[in-house]
Amino acid sequence: MTPSTPARLSLRTLALGYLGILVLTPIVLILIRTFEDGLLAFWASITTPAAISALTLSLIIIAIVVPLNVVFGIVTALALVRGRFPGRGIVQAIVDLPFAVSPIVVGASLILLWGASGWLGFIDEAGFKVIFALPGMVLATIFVTLPFVVREVEPVLHEIGEEQEQAAATLGASRWQTFWRITLPAIRWGLTYGVVLTVARALGEFGAVIMVSAGVAGQSQTLTLLVHARYVDDFNVYGAYAASTLLMLLAILTLLLMTVLDRKRKTT
Amino acid sequence: MGRTAAGGIGPIGLGVAVLWLSVIVLLPLAAITVRSFDDGLGGFIDAIDAPAARAALTVTVGVSLIVTLINVVMGTLIAWVLVRDDFRGKGFVNALIDLPFALPTIVASIVLLSLYGPQSPFNIELNATRPALVIALLFVTLPFVVRAVQPVLIELDKEVEEAAASLGASNLTTFRRIILPTLAPAILSGAGLAFTRAIGEYGSVVLIGGGIPRETEVASQYIQKQIEIDRFVNAAAVSVTLLLIAFVVLLVLRLIGGRAARREERAG
Repeated sequence: MTPSTPARLSLRTLALGYLGILVLTPIVLILIRTFEDGLLAFWASITTPAAISALTLSLIIIAIVVPLNVVFGIVTALALVRGRFPGRGIVQAIVDLPFAVSPIVVGASLILLWGASGWLGFIDEAGFKVIFALPGMVLATIFVTLPFVVREVEPVLHEIGEEQEQAAATLGASRWQTFWRITLPAIRWGLTYGVVLTVARALGEFGAVIMVSAGVAGQSQTLTLLVHARYVDDFNVYGAYAASTLLMLLAILTLLLMTVLDRKRKTT
Repeated sequence: MGRTAAGGIGPIGLGVAVLWLSVIVLLPLAAITVRSFDDGLGGFIDAIDAPAARAALTVTVGVSLIVTLINVVMGTLIAWVLVRDDFRGKGFVNALIDLPFALPTIVASIVLLSLYGPQSPFNIELNATRPALVIALLFVTLPFVVRAVQPVLIELDKEVEEAAASLGASNLTTFRRIILPTLAPAILSGAGLAFTRAIGEYGSVVLIGGGIPRETEVASQYIQKQIEIDRFVNAAAVSVTLLLIAFVVLLVLRLIGGRAARREERAG
């Protein structure tokens, strides 16, 4: 199909116009709003005690979620690729499930499982708070990020096959040695890619986390909850813009990192 | 080395993986599903048939359908322009497509509010209207159709199109008879993903949508409110309904996708 020049130009205008209005204009506008009072105002707004506490909490959650996702993600990927067991298709479907579930449904499910009146409510009654506390926020974040590591490591495991691992085993290597020396180096870029996706999503998750957070400013707010609270509770529109811009810069950083990693993954 | 049925990591690894998936994903979803039937099937039906619940579900599905249709047309158009057209800054536009996925949903809400909210520089105030819901959902679902169609368009054999043109087919005929049938499975799969994302969305609509009951309140907002006032059966029933809709859409897509792949295999 080779459309005439006017036709091609109007298609191009339509596509670019749509993207311009839908994506570019609002993003440029928020950048202008954030920086029109100068860099110092922006800096002051993202270094208030509440903001620092929110950033810290986001980082704590990431520090717990990433190692768990790495360990269990690799185990799950290995079981799915190397294992021949009945019900493999079901396990595959469960791994994809978090992508199809609304964040609010995730939060509601966790409350109905771990909350005071939930199935495992006795844990709450015994004094270990899960819901409206850090463990709940961690569980919510793991739920929404669970597929990333599994789905990025799986294709690499498929590709490298089992020959090298078997050769190592024949030469007398233990399972651990084989894993550390052969498997892990082979999957490292896929794993890193999965971790980047996990960190980005963990930083950005809102719906699932707000459901299970106690929502106390300066204590149980992540960065996304801070954006929401500043806009809704504090009527601090500028503060909401500034925190959003910070999250946006982190998101752009993630995109750049992903581009670099993608090239690495394809060349090594 | 004796290879067990579960492969390289053995039955213990498989057990760990299944246990992990069960605790994180399955148990919470099982809890919410069982809770939705606490008052029996009648209670479930009453819960989703309550006027406010029905209104929220209708608004959610209706708006998501509109959003999906716009995505089908504009997503395919944008993919076509990105693959077949050539202009300066194409790389930048291509990168822009991924931004809505990288951006936290609450940031999307703030970004759109800066343009369509009370402080709009162009005096377009859409805050708390259904068009605002549509715009927010178009923003967060933008990449699905574009990224599904793009690789298929790149692979598309140009010779067939040229043959059609040399036999006197108009551009429209070539598009309808040659290009569209090839793209259809990709468009459909992108549309399905966009739809399932749209019905569960919370973060991007929570501020700009306003959550006015029976006007702009979407299902996820309804669930959140019902949890807040301890109406667990109501929240669980609407959650399970959302899960069922997403499940059916994805299942139908998989069936259609499988059929298209088989047809292609036979033709090839």
